[in-house]
Amino acid sequence: MKRIDPTLMALILPLAMLLAAGPFLPQWVLFLVTLSIGKGFVVLGLMLLLRTGLVSFGQGLFYCLGAYAAGGMGTAFDVSDVFLLLVSGAAAAALLAFVLGFLVAKYRDIFFAMLSMAFSMILYGLLVKTAALGSSDGFNVPVPTLFEAKLAEASTRYMVFAVACVATFFVALAVHWYQKSPLGSLSPAIKDNELRVEYMGASVRHAIHVKFVIAAALAGLGGALTGMTVGHIDPEMAYWTTSGEFVFVTILSGTGSVVAPFLGSLIFELIRSYAYEYSPNTWQMVLGTSMLIVIVFLPAGMWSVFASRRKRA
Amino acid sequence: MVELLSTVVDGIIYSSWLFVVAVGLTLIYGVMKILNIAHGSLYALGAYSAASLGGFWLGHGYPPLGSYGMLALSAVLVGLVMGPLIERGLLRFMYGKDEIVLLLATYSVFLILEDAIKLIWGVDSLSIAEPYGLLGSVDFAGLTYPVYSFILLAVSAVTGIGLAWVLQRTRQGKLLIAVIHDSEMSAVMGIRVPRFYLITFTVGAMLAAVGGAFTAPMVSVVPGMGVEVIVLAFAVVVIGGLGSLKGAALGALMVGLVRSASVHFLPQVELFSIYLVMVLVLLFRPKGLFSSAEARKI
Amino acid sequence: MQKRFGFGRILFVAFATVLIAVGFAISAPAVEQKPIKIGIVSFLSGPAAGPFGVPARNGAEILAEALNEGGKVPGYGTKGLGGAPIELVYLDEAGGTTKQVTEYRNLVQRQNVDLVIGYISSGDTLAIAPVAEELKKLTVFFDSGTPRIFEDASYKYVFRTGSHSTMDSVGAALYVTEMRPNIRKYAGINQNYAWGQDSWSDFEAAMKILAPKAKAVTSQMTKLMSGQFGAEISVLLSSGAEVIHSSFWGGDTESFVLQAAPRGLFKKSTVVLTCGEHIMYRLGNKIPDGTVLGGKGTVGIFAPDTELNRWFQKVYAERYYVPPTYPTYRMAQAILGVKSAYEKAMAANKGMTPTQDQVIASFEHLSFDTPSGKVEMGLGKGHQAVTGISYGTTKVVNGKLTITNIKTYPKEKVNPPEGVLSKDWIESGFKRTK
Repeated sequence: MKRIDPTLMALILPLAMLLAAGPFLPQWVLFLVTLSIGKGFVVLGLMLLLRTGLVSFGQGLFYCLGAYAAGGMGTAFDVSDVFLLLVSGAAAAALLAFVLGFLVAKYRDIFFAMLSMAFSMILYGLLVKTAALGSSDGFNVPVPTLFEAKLAEASTRYMVFAVACVATFFVALAVHWYQKSPLGSLSPAIKDNELRVEYMGASVRHAIHVKFVIAAALAGLGGALTGMTVGHIDPEMAYWTTSGEFVFVTILSGTGSVVAPFLGSLIFELIRSYAYEYSPNTWQMVLGTSMLIVIVFLPAGMWSVFASRRKRA
Repeated sequence: MVELLSTVVDGIIYSSWLFVVAVGLTLIYGVMKILNIAHGSLYALGAYSAASLGGFWLGHGYPPLGSYGMLALSAVLVGLVMGPLIERGLLRFMYGKDEIVLLLATYSVFLILEDAIKLIWGVDSLSIAEPYGLLGSVDFAGLTYPVYSFILLAVSAVTGIGLAWVLQRTRQGKLLIAVIHDSEMSAVMGIRVPRFYLITFTVGAMLAAVGGAFTAPMVSVVPGMGVEVIVLAFAVVVIGGLGSLKGAALGALMVGLVRSASVHFLPQVELFSIYLVMVLVLLFRPKGLFSSAEARKI
Repeated sequence: MQKRFGFGRILFVAFATVLIAVGFAISAPAVEQKPIKIGIVSFLSGPAAGPFGVPARNGAEILAEALNEGGKVPGYGTKGLGGAPIELVYLDEAGGTTKQVTEYRNLVQRQNVDLVIGYISSGDTLAIAPVAEELKKLTVFFDSGTPRIFEDASYKYVFRTGSHSTMDSVGAALYVTEMRPNIRKYAGINQNYAWGQDSWSDFEAAMKILAPKAKAVTSQMTKLMSGQFGAEISVLLSSGAEVIHSSFWGGDTESFVLQAAPRGLFKKSTVVLTCGEHIMYRLGNKIPDGTVLGGKGTVGIFAPDTELNRWFQKVYAERYYVPPTYPTYRMAQAILGVKSAYEKAMAANKGMTPTQDQVIASFEHLSFDTPSGKVEMGLGKGHQAVTGISYGTTKVVNGKLTITNIKTYPKEKVNPPEGVLSKDWIESGFKRTK
C-alpha cells in the first residue's frame, strides 16, 4: 500500500474539522483563525527563505502591497470576489518581487535582511505621503463576496474563513511539494554551503530568486486575506515592526513542516490577545518572556514538540 | 549660500547625534556578531536615568554645571548594570546559535525592558532641559544654535577617537581585534574570550546609554523613544559596514547631511531619505561602505 | 512503521486543534451580568499614553466611580447608568489597526461588553467603525481627529462625542488672522502622518480664504516622534514666517518647544500649537510668552465656569495632582453622553432597561451638559458632536504660566453644516447654506 504523506494528513484533518466546526464557533474565533491563516501564509514564505538561510526583515513590503492591491481592486474596480482579490494580492506582490529579486538575490545574511527592510520602509513612506490612499489612516476594504454574490454578514465571515482554510490546504501542499522538488530541496544545501551548490552546477542566485518570488506571493496572499478580514488596511502593514513580528513567528514556529507556520501564528495570536486582555499594561513583557521561553527551551521552534514526539514513537 | 552653510551645520549636528547613538551597536556586532535590538531600550534607559539623576542633582541646588557629570554618570551606571545583566544572564547561554536567534533574544529583552521602563517611571514624559540652555547659544550662519549642540559634537568625537585609540593602540584593543577575527583561534592562544564578550557588551550598552543620556536634555523623555532609534542606528551601521567604526562615522555623516539637505530643500522626501541612502549604498557596496572581505569557505 | 509515526503526529495535531477550539468555546461565557460593562480603549503604552491615553483612562475611572456612588456629579443625580452600576474594562490601544480590530472583536464577543468607549487614533476609528456596525454594538469614539468617519460613510451604532479636527485648524486660522490682519508669510511644522497632513491642509485652506494675500513659505513634515528638529528649526528661522502652525502633540511638542525656544524661534514668529493645552502644565513657564495655544474644544483652562466643571477639576486634581486636560474632558463628554442617552431612553421606556436600539435612538441629535459645556450631536445624522473652540496666548506672570486674550468661537463658526464635506466647506468660504 502506498504510504500516505503525513503532512497531507496533518493538513486535511484539522482543516476539515475547522471547516465543519466553523458554523458553530463564536465569531471571534473565526476571525482569529482567519487572521492567523493570513499571517501564516506570510510566515510560510519566510520559512521557505529561512530554510535557505535568508531572513527578510521587509516581508511587510509584500504583505502590505498584497493588501493594497486587493483593497485597490475592491475600491477602484468594484471587484469583490474573494478569489480574485486573493489572486490579485499575490500577483502584485509576486510581480514586484520578480523585479526586486534581480537586485536582492545576490545579498546574504544581514544585508539581505536590511535591504528588504529598506524597500518596505520606502513603500511605507510613499503610502504615508499619498493622501489619496488615506495617508497613514489607510482606507476601509469592501466586504468580499463569493463569485460576486453578496452574502449575509454572518455567512460572509464563515465564507472568508472557509476560503482561507481551503487556500491553506492547497498552498501548504504546493509548498510542501516544492520543497521536495529538485529546486526546492536545494534550500538546506544553500544554507549549508553555497559554493558547493555552485560547483555542483546549480545556480544559487536563480534558486534564491525563485524562493523570493514565492515568499512574496505568499505574503501578498496573506496581506490580501488579512485586509479583507480586518476590513481596513493602512501603511503600518509595511512598517518594520510588522515584518519583525513575522520573523518572530517564523522562529517561534520552527521550520519543521509546512503546518508549523499556521499553528505558530495561531498560538502567537492567542498569547498576544490574552496578554492584551489580562495585562493591558504589561502585555509586551508577557510577550517578550514567552518568546524567551520558546527560544531557550524549544530552540527549533514549537514544531519540535511534534517532531520529537515522532522520533520517540 | 547661507542656506547651504546652515544645511551643513544642521547636518553635522545631526550626524554627531546619530554617531553616538549607533556606535555601540556596531561595536557589539563587530565583536560578538549580535544585532542588539535592546540597544533602543538601553538608549531609553540612559535617557530616563539622566532625567532622574539630573533632576535629583538640580533639585538639590547643586551647581548646575555638575548636571553634565550626572548625564555621563547615568550612562555609566546603566551600562554597568544592564550590560553584565543581559550578557551574563542571557546571551552567554546562546553563543554559537544562529544570528537570527540571538537577534530575537535581544528583541525579547527589548519588549521586556519597554514595559519595565513603564513600570519604573510611568507613562508621563520627563524632562531635564536645564543642561540644554545652560551654556547659552551662538550665532552662526545667520542662525542661532545652542552651544549644547556642539557639546554633543564633542561627545561624539571623544567617543569615536577614544574607541579607535583603544582598539588600535592598546594591548587589550589588539587582543580584541584578534577575537573579532577568529574567536576560536584566540581562545586557543589563551585569550579569555568570554571576558572580552562581557566587556564589549557592557561598553556597547554604555554607549547606547550615553546616546540616550545626552539626548535627554533636548527632548522630552517618553515611553517608546527607543523604538525610533533602533532603525536609525541599524541603517547608519549597515550603510557604514557592520562592525566598522570608520563606517559608522561615515554612515552617520552621510545620513545626517542627506536628511538635513532634504529638510532644507525637499521636505517631501525626508520621511524615507535615510532608506534611499541605504538602498543606494547597498546597491553599489553590497556589504556597506567599509567591510572586510570574507574568506570563501568550501 | 512509517505510517504509524505519521498518524501519531496527525492525531496530535488534530487533538491540539480540537483542544484549542474547545478552549475558545468555553472561555466565552454567555452569562448575563447586572452591571453595565463598558470597554474603555485608549493608549496605555507608547508615546501617546502619557499625553492622551492615561489621562483619558483616569477620567473614565474617576467619573465611573463618582457616578456609581450616586449624587456626586453635579447635574447627574442618578446612580451609574439609570441605577445600574458601571463596570469598566480597560484595553491598550497600541499596536495598529489589525490588532485593534482583533481586540475590539474579543472585547465584544469574548468579554461581552455592553458598549465600547474609546479610540484616539484616527486610523483605529476608521477601522473599528464598520466592525461595530457588523457586530451591532454601540461604540462611542471619544477622541480621534479625522472628519472622514461620518463624511465618507454613515453608521447606526457608532457615535463620536468630540468634534473632529477641522475645527482646530479653522479656529487657529481665525485667531491668527484676527491677531495679525496683515499677515504676509506663514509656515507649518507638522507630523508626517494623516493627522499632521490634514491639520496643515485645513489650516492652509482656511488661510487662503481669511488672508488671501498671505503665502505659505514652508511646510515641514517631520517623522512622528523623531524628537530631533534641529534642521527644521533652522528652516523655520530663516523662512521669515510671521506665524508658524503646528499640530504637534505629546513628546514632539515638548521637544520642539525645548529645542526651538533657545534658538529664538518664538521671538521671531508667533507659534500656534493647536493642541498645546495638553502639555501646558508639563512645560509651564518653559513655554515662551506670546505662544498661541488651543485645546481642541472649550476644555481645561478654556472651559466654562460651571458647577460641573468646578467639581470635575477638583476631583481630578485631588487624585492625580494635575489639572485635567483635553483627553480627560473628551472622555467625560463620552461617558456623560452615554449616560444622558441611556437615561433618556429609559424614561421613554417607562423606567425599564432600554434596548440598545432605544439608547441609539435617543443618542441621535442629543444635547447634553459636560464639564466642557454643552455638547450637541449635530453632524453625521446626529452621530457626530459639534462644540466650540477656544484659543489663547501665553504669558508668564510671576513665574507662572497664564493664558491671555482668550477667544472662543461658537460651534457654527468652526464646523461645517450637515451634509457638507469639511474640505468643501472651507473652500466655499465657510458658507452655512448649500
